Amino acid sequence: MSVNTRRARLLRHTGFYVAAFLTTAFVATPILFALLGGFKDNQQLRENALGLPSPWNVENYTDVLESGAFWQQVFSSIFIALVTTFIVVICSAMVAFVFARYAFRGREGLFTLFAAGMMFPFAVAVLPLFIILRSFELLNSPFGVILPQAAFGLPLTIIILRTFFRSIPGEVEEAATIDGAGPWLFFTRILLPMARPVLATVSVLALVGSWNSFLLPLVVLQKSTWWTLPLGVTQFSGQYASDTAKVLAFVMLAMLPALVFYAFAERHLISGLTSGGTKG
Amino acid sequence: MTIKESPRVSPVTGRPDRRAGSRPRRRSGRPGAGTLATFIAPGLMLFLMFVILPVLFAAYVAFFRWNGLGGVPTEFIGLENFRNLVQDDVFLGDLWRLALIVVLSLLVQLPLSFGLAMLLHQRFPGRTAFRLLFFVPYVLTEAVTAVLFRLVFSPRRGFADSLLANLGIDAQIGWLSDRDIIMFVIFGILTWKFFGFHMILFLAGRQNIPDELYEAAAIDGATGAQAFRSITLPLMGPTVRMIVFLSVIGSVQLFDLVYVLTGGGPFHASETLAITMYEQGFQRNQIGYASALSIAMFVISLVFALLYQRYVLNRDLQGSLTTAGGNRS
Repeated sequence: MSVNTRRARLLRHTGFYVAAFLTTAFVATPILFALLGGFKDNQQLRENALGLPSPWNVENYTDVLESGAFWQQVFSSIFIALVTTFIVVICSAMVAFVFARYAFRGREGLFTLFAAGMMFPFAVAVLPLFIILRSFELLNSPFGVILPQAAFGLPLTIIILRTFFRSIPGEVEEAATIDGAGPWLFFTRILLPMARPVLATVSVLALVGSWNSFLLPLVVLQKSTWWTLPLGVTQFSGQYASDTAKVLAFVMLAMLPALVFYAFAERHLISGLTSGGTKG
Repeated sequence: MTIKESPRVSPVTGRPDRRAGSRPRRRSGRPGAGTLATFIAPGLMLFLMFVILPVLFAAYVAFFRWNGLGGVPTEFIGLENFRNLVQDDVFLGDLWRLALIVVLSLLVQLPLSFGLAMLLHQRFPGRTAFRLLFFVPYVLTEAVTAVLFRLVFSPRRGFADSLLANLGIDAQIGWLSDRDIIMFVIFGILTWKFFGFHMILFLAGRQNIPDELYEAAAIDGATGAQAFRSITLPLMGPTVRMIVFLSVIGSVQLFDLVYVLTGGGPFHASETLAITMYEQGFQRNQIGYASALSIAMFVISLVFALLYQRYVLNRDLQGSLTTAGGNRS
């Protein structure tokens, strides 16, 4: 009996591992191709596509790392992501605070308006956005990317934060009021610190959204001064179309920040992205 | 509960307002309209200017012929853009390809992620590592992923061809240039990118099913397969319906990955709604026509979302988890 169940479990485990390793191969092969391909030269890539590099060649990686363009794009991506996140989280928190805790005429209508924003696919707005940004002279400016991104991030962020702010008991606010705190003090000193975990979640959503965004930067940033990494990678792959190994190195380095971020903030990232998914 | 709707009798009524003596507040602890407006104003302005205004503007421009120059459109042409749209083979092809992607996702990708989620729900050593690993593609930027796969599928003995040759299949396939297979290549890449995300959502749904149900079923003598059919499947219903929704809405907006991978080619064979819109609007300056296409995209998402909520999701909203099984008469 016990031998039998042991064998059954072993068999089942074997099945698990076969399926899991097949999926792992499916997931990892393209990434390993980029990682190892970056260490090859183009001749090796042609003749030894699957094997390990021999000799290992760091030139592709160092070339990219020594180029000013790469670091400029990393900087733009980070700058745009951070400012977008800051703006969307601050604006949403203030709106969500009022929606969650005060009654006033038109509140439900306003909230519906914001929530309806979830229904607007970004691609629908990008063309008129371009025309509007052009008339504001925001083309080729990082703020031409930041402001629309922040605006499109508002609905989901407001919905998540409002739900959280509603869950904070009224007694907390009464206590604050007794201590003489007005809405601003209550909001900045008590509510926001209490909301730290959910603020982390919405910040992760905004950061990742901005980091990955492509269509809007493509349209707005026509000059390379403020190009973000996704734009840089696509442009680089066109410019060095014949130098596959170098493009692979660039691709790998462009994926690295996201992978590092995932490695360190895996819990926040997964819960943020999946909560964004479930509430979307 | 919060302090809204019903007028609250505050325990601190009558306390002098410490902040400003200028204006007595009607009710202590209740900020005036001015304060509320300051809280809402930044977000509302941002939203009106960069979300609502563009969408309204697109709806307006869709009735004009306009090349984007000269401030505002002037040549009103009524519904002509929309009439041209429904006769445009590229647009109709976009819809057809959208349907193809949706059907393939529902029939292949979602069952695959579901199966993996069930697998990784089981306890076996290393499962956390697998979960983390399978989520990695979702973390990567779509545009960067597309560049990577352009190189994987590069012509003339690229990586994919070498891989096949190593498995004994010696064929040079035009992965990205053969219009008969391009959509399947794209679907494969989409699966690579998104199955981990769906898997994590399925896992979360599965973890929400209490173990007691399975224990009770086991006591009643149910086999694993029976428990799966009568407990797991019905209780996973809400998760499944939500993922289907996300998957469809995501497919309507598909742009980054396909645009960088193929640019919509060869000869429109992989073009999506958003790519057609981009080409018409930004490459050919047919702003009116492209706006009509934007509005069509919007209507497609909206109609789908409303119908889906009305006929599919409302069961979840009613909290009728258990009636949502396979046996609905």
